[in-house]
Amino acid sequence: MLKVVKYILTDILRNKVVIGYALLLLLVSLSVFSLEDNSQKGMLSLLNITLFIVPLVCIVFSTIYLYNSAEFIELLVSQPVRRSSIWLGIWFGLAIALSLAFVAGAGLPLLLLRHDASAVLLFFIGIILSLVFVSVAMVSAVISRDKARGIGMSVLLWLYFALVFDGIVLFFLFQFADYPLEKAMMVLSSFNPIDLARILVLLQMDVSALMGYTGAIFKDFFGTALGIGVSFVVLVAWVVLPLWYSVKRFEHKDL
Amino acid sequence: MIEVHDIEKSFGKLRVLNKVSFSAQKGQCVALIGPNGCGKTTLLKSVLGMVVPDAGSIRVNGTEISGEWAYRSGIGYMPQIGHYPEQMKIGQVIDMICDIRQSTERADEDLIGAFRLKELYHKRMGTLSGGTLQKVSASIAFLKNPGILILDEPTAGLDPVSAEILCDKILAEQGRGKLVIITSHVLSELDDLVSHVAYMQDGDLLFYKTLDALKESTGTRKLSKAVAAIMTNKVSC
Repeated sequence: MLKVVKYILTDILRNKVVIGYALLLLLVSLSVFSLEDNSQKGMLSLLNITLFIVPLVCIVFSTIYLYNSAEFIELLVSQPVRRSSIWLGIWFGLAIALSLAFVAGAGLPLLLLRHDASAVLLFFIGIILSLVFVSVAMVSAVISRDKARGIGMSVLLWLYFALVFDGIVLFFLFQFADYPLEKAMMVLSSFNPIDLARILVLLQMDVSALMGYTGAIFKDFFGTALGIGVSFVVLVAWVVLPLWYSVKRFEHKDL
Repeated sequence: MIEVHDIEKSFGKLRVLNKVSFSAQKGQCVALIGPNGCGKTTLLKSVLGMVVPDAGSIRVNGTEISGEWAYRSGIGYMPQIGHYPEQMKIGQVIDMICDIRQSTERADEDLIGAFRLKELYHKRMGTLSGGTLQKVSASIAFLKNPGILILDEPTAGLDPVSAEILCDKILAEQGRGKLVIITSHVLSELDDLVSHVAYMQDGDLLFYKTLDALKESTGTRKLSKAVAAIMTNKVSC
């Protein structure tokens, strides 16, 4: 598997899109921190931009890359290599490259310009979100043979996680406004890795005071070590489960 | 060396392989022939594990292949249409295959020399012509001295000189006791190569016998005539 990782990684790291992605993140993070005199505000802007851009770039780039490596995969499948090694090798290659791009573009400026718990948290959240959306991309690429359909599915999935899910949650909240929903909300948020990431980081910052009563309940849970631990476990599950499913599908795929 | 037992495969509603069984031993050269779309390539890809059969079992060198991968180090495969990463250069692809098939065998670079591929090592795969691509595929198949060679239409797209080089190489390897399985529509060139003939139609293996027995039963002296006799008169075999 290491050999597959090596070939994929050398290929991706030369890819101009990944380099452009790192530069874009660098530009964003430097500008938000230098525009605002209050670095807390910069942190918030960076959080919102990260939660938008990272999933989008990771899922779309990974899906396109997977379809473009169809030939590479076909070549390797007829060679003495385990199928799961090929698939996991590609995952590792994508995950390492995209995480590196995030660290170089947003992670390092973040750690250098702000020295507190929320910055460290955002650093790790960005990496985990990259991994989550690489895994989700592997699922849509393995399900559909057709490139356009696979990429379309990835974009729709991103739209769902980034926008539609919040709409559904809001609708749900308004419909059942008369009931105590705090516990249900906490469970609901674990169905969306982006939401989970946002809550985790927000609660590490003082702005969570603005979130009212629900915010207090959230802080009670997500603010504690246990809450952070549980949320990380859920996020890791978001990385592992889609990946595991895609490996199972790939092992029986006809090429 | 290869034992295929009752394998079945459908793509959606289309039944591609219908309880196909056959076995082939060392030193044989089997021609797998039949009309387009009769399941030849699917059968070969099943042996390689690229296609997963719905039912049946395949054994290669005594190992049941489902879920296995190491047995593929004993097989060299030349696809009908080679798909390679377009950005990679010929040299890089060949090095990568050498790297992945980490066998102790010395690399067999006869074909690379005969096709003069070294002069093209810096060319990207995406820019190659169909014939050059076939030469690369052939060189890769023979590269690590595998005991079994599976060649899917090896000479399609090759110029006469290169086709001749490849045919000589196939004969030489067969002489060294390797098992060679070839599919081809150019029956005239198979005459000198093959020892056995397998004929498939609509997912069924209609017959599998030695070339001599086939010529005898159809009363012809050439493989192409024999096959033509079967296809037109439906001579019972």
